[in-house]
Amino acid sequence: MLKKQLKTFKKYRFLLRELVKKGIKLKYRRSYLGILWTLLEPLLTTCVLTIVFGTFFGKDDKTFPVYILTGRLLYSFFSSGTKAAMKSIRQHAGMIKKVYVPKYIYPLSSVLFNFVIFAISLIVLVGATLVFGVYPNLWVLTAILPLIMLLLLTFGAGMILSTLSVFFRDLEYLWDVALMLIMYTCAIFYKVEKLGTYQWVFKINPLFAIIKDFRAAVYGQNMFHEPAWVIMPAVLSVLSVLVGVLMFKKNQDKFILHI
Amino acid sequence: MAKYAIEVNDVGMKFNLSQEKLDSLKEYMIKMLKGELKYNEFWALKNVSFKVEKGDRVGILGLNGAGKSTLLKVIAGVFKPTEGQVIKHGRLVPLLELGAGFDSQYTGAENIYLYSAVLGYSKEFVDEKFDDIVKFAELEKFIDVPIKNYSSGMKTRLGFAIATQVEPDILILDEVLSVGDAKFRKKSEAKIMSMFKSNVTVLFVSHSLDQVKRICNKAILLEHGQLVAAGDIDEVSAIYEEKTK
Repeated sequence: MLKKQLKTFKKYRFLLRELVKKGIKLKYRRSYLGILWTLLEPLLTTCVLTIVFGTFFGKDDKTFPVYILTGRLLYSFFSSGTKAAMKSIRQHAGMIKKVYVPKYIYPLSSVLFNFVIFAISLIVLVGATLVFGVYPNLWVLTAILPLIMLLLLTFGAGMILSTLSVFFRDLEYLWDVALMLIMYTCAIFYKVEKLGTYQWVFKINPLFAIIKDFRAAVYGQNMFHEPAWVIMPAVLSVLSVLVGVLMFKKNQDKFILHI
Repeated sequence: MAKYAIEVNDVGMKFNLSQEKLDSLKEYMIKMLKGELKYNEFWALKNVSFKVEKGDRVGILGLNGAGKSTLLKVIAGVFKPTEGQVIKHGRLVPLLELGAGFDSQYTGAENIYLYSAVLGYSKEFVDEKFDDIVKFAELEKFIDVPIKNYSSGMKTRLGFAIATQVEPDILILDEVLSVGDAKFRKKSEAKIMSMFKSNVTVLFVSHSLDQVKRICNKAILLEHGQLVAAGDIDEVSAIYEEKTK
């Protein structure tokens, strides 16, 4: 069974690569600056966020732009990755209706192409750390862990959303609202300490924990000081993949009747 | 090696007609609360069984709505049958609605890679065949133009050229012999005929009985999703002609 799955995956590896390539190519086609936007966009939004919120929350912290940028980069990958995965089945309805292809290829490729764009945009972060005087040390290597958790969480959530949105299109609008809520509970442009009594919100938000761990790595701190903040997102992201894959697998044969 | 290329065992395909319209959560909840969630069951195929021997060319006959296209899609693997199963031996190439996997913002060249990947080819194979595909589709001048600027004839030509690059064991044809202008039609027919020579198994759907008679040696007849007759082309087409009188 698993062997057969691996064989089909191997056969369609080329398709996966083509779809990832297509996502990246078409995203910036027809814009003059093209792929440069992957760098410009987070840079400009960080400028805006720094100007707006820096004066409120970050007066005494020169590295505040780096703080914002880390949060924003990770959040926007999660947001665009889940959204693309959610729409991927309907977007490729034409193909699904005509040719047999393992369907998980579509949400998977959507998440992966957004991850590639995200990885490119990390260049901005490297620049920002140097400019604002955040000098990472060896702990920066641990940043790989939150990045893996982020990829898993996005893929898992994407699989769940893509399955549900085939049956209920309303979800596409609902998820936009949910994403807004998630954004405000991720402490992207404020410090957690300022929130006082609402601390519990962060303890149940895996995306916040991932951002927190990533920041720790960038700022040269040991994220394992408080192991709960590593274990919680790790468990939840693996869980989301399990649930997502099972849901998708159980319902994928019905997709074609609804798209 | 197995004797049969395709075995269709007791296949049924059910559609829930009213379900297809319910895609908003609100509608669904209201209907559920009212207890109105009943489906109009519709069996597009029911208890269909037949076997196709290697090298046979089978015509699928039937009036509109008999379930011909559904049957082809079940065999191609697009639909998963509600009941029964389909066993296939060998590489299957469906020539159904050519170019369905094209992306309109992509250029012709990019689409060759994309569509080939959809059909399950490998990258090395496409690299090797790229020039042949372009030449066969007669699109040398337009290959770097986005496909949204193509005419529909150009698109089908490209789709046909890509899909016929492999040597399939099983070929599924759905009225594709009417591709493009007269000149290209001749060329595509010649291409398909040359495939026939290499002992390929063919499933063919067409409303033109003459065409079916010319190409096929066996036939099956579908009526309201049921298999009515199967056998040599002459016998089955006689029954079909009787029914359409």
